[in-house]
Amino acid sequence: MLDTQSAPALRDLTFGEAIREAIAEEMRRDKTIVLMGEDVAEAGTTFKVLTGLVDEFGKDRIIDTPISEAGFTGIGVGAAMTGMRPIVDIMFGDFLTLIMDQLVNQAAKIHYMSGGKWKVPLVVRATMGATRRSAAQHSQSLHAWPSHIPGLKVVVPSTPYDAKGLMKSAIRDDNPVVFFEDKISYTKVKGQVPSEEYTIPLGVGDVKREGRDITFIGTSSMVQVALGAATMLEEVGISAEVVDPRTTWPLDEKTLIESVKKTSRCIVMDEGYGRYGVGAEFAALVAEGAFYNLDAPVTRLCAMHVPIPFSPSLEDVTVPTERQAFDLAMKLCGR
Amino acid sequence: MSIATRKADAATGIGPGNPGNPGNLDRLLHMYKQMVAIRLFEERVNDLYTRALMPGLAHLYDGEEAIAAGICEALTREDYVTSTHRGHGHCLAKGASPDRMFAELLGKEAGYCKGKGGSMHIADPATGNLGANAIVCGSAGLATGAAFASKYLGNRRVTVCFFGEGALGQGVLYEEMNLAQLWKLPVIFACENNLYNEYTHFSETTAGEIMARPAAFGITSVEVDGQNVRAVYAAAAPLVDRARDGGGPAFMLLNTYRYHGHHVGDIARAYYRPKAEEQEWAGDRDPIKLLGDFLLKEGLADAAALEKIGAELTREMDAAVEFAVRAPYPDPSEVTQDIYA
Ligand SMILES: Cc1ncc(C[n+]2csc(CCOP(=O)(O)OP(=O)(O)O)c2C)c(N)n1
Repeated sequence: MLDTQSAPALRDLTFGEAIREAIAEEMRRDKTIVLMGEDVAEAGTTFKVLTGLVDEFGKDRIIDTPISEAGFTGIGVGAAMTGMRPIVDIMFGDFLTLIMDQLVNQAAKIHYMSGGKWKVPLVVRATMGATRRSAAQHSQSLHAWPSHIPGLKVVVPSTPYDAKGLMKSAIRDDNPVVFFEDKISYTKVKGQVPSEEYTIPLGVGDVKREGRDITFIGTSSMVQVALGAATMLEEVGISAEVVDPRTTWPLDEKTLIESVKKTSRCIVMDEGYGRYGVGAEFAALVAEGAFYNLDAPVTRLCAMHVPIPFSPSLEDVTVPTERQAFDLAMKLCGR
Repeated sequence: MSIATRKADAATGIGPGNPGNPGNLDRLLHMYKQMVAIRLFEERVNDLYTRALMPGLAHLYDGEEAIAAGICEALTREDYVTSTHRGHGHCLAKGASPDRMFAELLGKEAGYCKGKGGSMHIADPATGNLGANAIVCGSAGLATGAAFASKYLGNRRVTVCFFGEGALGQGVLYEEMNLAQLWKLPVIFACENNLYNEYTHFSETTAGEIMARPAAFGITSVEVDGQNVRAVYAAAAPLVDRARDGGGPAFMLLNTYRYHGHHVGDIARAYYRPKAEEQEWAGDRDPIKLLGDFLLKEGLADAAALEKIGAELTREMDAAVEFAVRAPYPDPSEVTQDIYA
């Protein structure tokens, strides 16, 4: 019997809740999924994102590890090659430095080196984002690093809806995927998420707000900042578009370029470093693809190129703000 | 521990057999002061944090004071230490002053790192402090490298690498232990086992016997009651002397307990650690009480003298907090300074 009356149920979830729900649903569906990391079970991670999962899935599937990032990521790679779909939890994205060999020299290359014979269906969850006063070793946004490596896919979601749909796709993907979660967004960003099953394919960008005069390309935490700036710009009569690529690789080049062709101006916003970073890649892409439509130089607005300092008075100037985005957009629009 | 203890007794006279030696009394009182200073410091950090005056995270060292105080007592000011996210105690015991430490914790310009490092990164070349490190086991390499330099330069300095038992999970520790022993480097690996890696009991993360690990490299090692500062000093002193004289590295396993949560915000912790256990450690095993009782029992100090120490340090700590609270934040232009030397 078809119930055509009821609209799909939408609930307000936080960013963190959406991620937990995605993982729980996939784990119910597929017994080969296990999740391992430090304090993921009873503690539910440092950020309490996985609270309750151990009660449902038990300690055989939600697995506390020693503080051995390289070791348990290696286990993730090997288990992924041999019939499982592991998710490994890297508490702070800064600790990606510790797993780089497993990720870059092993996971990323195994499929290619074996002539397509082995597969590594692994998800590495990592966090990103500053302004939590956690200083230089706990505040970095290192998503440019895996984005640089052929063989890895990289997800940088900005909303609960996207996070859930993309997490499910990441888990189902047959390749190693690094999934970056913004720490501040865990509880701060809320949004509507359908209770029905859905997935979002990796490599499809999303226009978060339509506009005519200037495009913000933003990732993760910077999408909210760009949206805030767009609201401010609206008040002075400038119509800003906000495009969220959602994954840095695969990259929805067409959506980014088409938007800039339409608006003729572009600011790239990313919480990683601009130099040699994700922002640099987006800027190069639209400069190449939309060159003949540009009315202003493509400009990056990214983390200041410094180690993240502890003191609030210093840290706050390292991350782009709505005000900065607004001022820059005004300038590029000749105002 | 027995061999090391006997050596220390002979060398320093500290130990139950010979407490009355005046030089040793100074040492005992100094360690007592160091421990009280650390305790008072951490109480104030907790207070600043809960009053929302301190940004970021704070991992408190109270309960573990005897380790920093006892080991640093065996070091000179020129000797090096590396520290961890739970580093205030090491810093103080190595001679840092509380006012500039509090200033750093509050992100102020007057702090040891101009506010750039914060609680988890205090460094102070003047007291041989190579820096606290927020990467678990992040300093094993630095410490062993400093020991390499000391040996190469012939300056007779010793480096103590403080780390929590959680760092036993990191592979780099074993690379460094192997190198240190191969090259006979003057480094002491001081493993502070406070039973928990964050919210997980160490027995769930650590296979086999901890002491078998240094033994596998042939590194001299001792297991010590980390709540008994006299025992810690007695164990550390001969190992430090030995390292200084070219005898190579050592490993100390110090059994201890942190009174607070993993960090100040970790309040609801009954799910991983029973209240009764917390009370047990904070009672008769408290390191300050243990040394205080010893001093009283042996007639080396009276209650009034110990109270006076507490009162003086309380005044000093309150003044230090006051200094830090009033101190200005760094100018935002400071953010781009110090990236390159
Ligand atoms: C490489 C790395 N992994 C994880 C963390 C997160 N973390 C911070 S402290 C800690 C537990 C450390 O336990 P232990 O070494 O025993 O020190 P304790 O906190 O007990 O003093 C963890 C997992 C980190 N800082 N660095």
